[in-house]
Amino acid sequence: MIKARIKKTFPARPDSAGFSLDIDFSAASGITVLFGPSGSGKTLTLDSIAGFVRPDEGRILLDDAILFDGATRVHLAPQARQCGYVFQNYALFPHMTLRENLAFAAERRPRLERHRRVNEMLERFRLQDMAGRRPHEVSGGQKQRCSIARALIGSPKLLLLDEPAQGLDAPLRVEFYDILRQVQAEFKTPMILVTHDLEECFELGEEMIVLYQGRMVQSGPPRRVLDQPANLEVARLLGAFNLIPAEIRMLDPGRNRSRVQVGEFEIEGPYFPGHLKGDRVTVCVRPEQLRALPRNGRPGANQVAVELKRAIERPRGVRLEFSGGIAVDLSRADYEAQRENKDWLIEFPGDSLRVL
Amino acid sequence: MTIDWFPLWLSLRVALVATALGVAAGISIAYLLANREFRFKDALDAAVTLPLVLPPTVLGYYLLVVIGRESPIGQIWEKMFGSPLVFTWKAAVAAAFLRSFPLLVKSSRAALENVDRSYERAARTLGASEWKLFCRVTLPLARRPIYAATALAFAQALGDFGATLMVAGNIPDRTQTMALAIYDAVEAGNGFLARVLVLVISALALIILTFANRLAPAVVKR
Repeated sequence: MIKARIKKTFPARPDSAGFSLDIDFSAASGITVLFGPSGSGKTLTLDSIAGFVRPDEGRILLDDAILFDGATRVHLAPQARQCGYVFQNYALFPHMTLRENLAFAAERRPRLERHRRVNEMLERFRLQDMAGRRPHEVSGGQKQRCSIARALIGSPKLLLLDEPAQGLDAPLRVEFYDILRQVQAEFKTPMILVTHDLEECFELGEEMIVLYQGRMVQSGPPRRVLDQPANLEVARLLGAFNLIPAEIRMLDPGRNRSRVQVGEFEIEGPYFPGHLKGDRVTVCVRPEQLRALPRNGRPGANQVAVELKRAIERPRGVRLEFSGGIAVDLSRADYEAQRENKDWLIEFPGDSLRVL
Repeated sequence: MTIDWFPLWLSLRVALVATALGVAAGISIAYLLANREFRFKDALDAAVTLPLVLPPTVLGYYLLVVIGRESPIGQIWEKMFGSPLVFTWKAAVAAAFLRSFPLLVKSSRAALENVDRSYERAARTLGASEWKLFCRVTLPLARRPIYAATALAFAQALGDFGATLMVAGNIPDRTQTMALAIYDAVEAGNGFLARVLVLVISALALIILTFANRLAPAVVKR
């Protein structure tokens, strides 16, 4: 269990804009993902927990140990924190073999146990055949596994991972996600993982924390964050939404109904608490929640007539981009059936419509 | 005509001892400059660079002040070993040390600072003490430029003239190094001896520099 309340300010200088981090979160077992664009303070948070950076104020607790406390000036050295760290570049010592890298990390353990422990980890991470090689002589995936093994060999109470899948090709990423899940199941070490990749959040994260400009803007299970982004900022950061300007025309709490105007069309949705008639809002809808249809005659309920700008082939289907910047994701089969369409309609989901 | 090779052996011995001391002191100070924040850090940096730019006679003068017979260090030395430090080959070591030491500090500091910080951070999270990580991670990763700087420092120590003359004198068969022997040979009109010694010391320096160049550019592979 890690509890972190961290404040850290870098004042503006002539050559830099300055930055301030102000976060407060706790993470139990499992994998917690810190998600955010670059410069949002993700790595700074990780470095504060690891002890590389001294926060200005706050308190960091790991299980019942105080790692940092601003008020009483406690600031444990990284050596004393029992936090494993997997670096973005792996940071395997280049002048040592993989075995020596692990042995270096095992030196805190009792002498008799070290050798066995190193062998166990080499085997566990399928590195026995590479054990005698230096990091530059092995593949990216092997380096990756070795750096996780090295971080785990001292049985840390928390594992910190800084964009660990960044340099890996797609197949290796899949393998890496598997390994991390296995490690999680086997070692039960809580992990905090930094990423700006939404897919990675969903692959790994039981909880996600969205960071933006040094602040936490939302946290929760990734599915819930994606279904209910707390505000426009989060929706933009997730990068997975159509954000369409609209105006509320009618609100009916009794029948749980509303009508919003999008362009020259009106669409229906559920009642939006906290909004007033005439509010300018943003309709927030994921491309796969929309349906694209051929246009025959007048648009029906919840349908909007649009013009197709372009169709983009994607690994899992086709994305259609329409006028007004609206994107719709179709499966390949759906697209093939409709590719002759001259005029298009988009159908909004109605009940699951959200506005921000 | 026989050539007295004593100055060559003396020069090599002086340079070797001076370089060994220089490496030890140079890496220690470079470590402080590269890793610690303290007051007067810039002043320390400037002070260790000073011997690079001061005239050799000034260095010699300072050395005389510090290790001369009147100075505390000189007196302690005399009490411990029964003879003065100045005008011995050990004083020549001090002079050569002072000449080669700034280069070692500068190069070692650059080499240490060049080591990717993430290696040191990794070692810390793995529980390594600062001393262990310096000896087993930082220093091995910085070793090639330090080797190169050591070779250069050795070449520089080999050729000191002014400071050596002032603190060790020019006593044949006792403190007469190559540089001093060449000066003497030229003064005495012994052109043959001067030519031989000049060629020997040039060849030696050339070999050392070639060696240093081969060490310097190699970067540690990731």
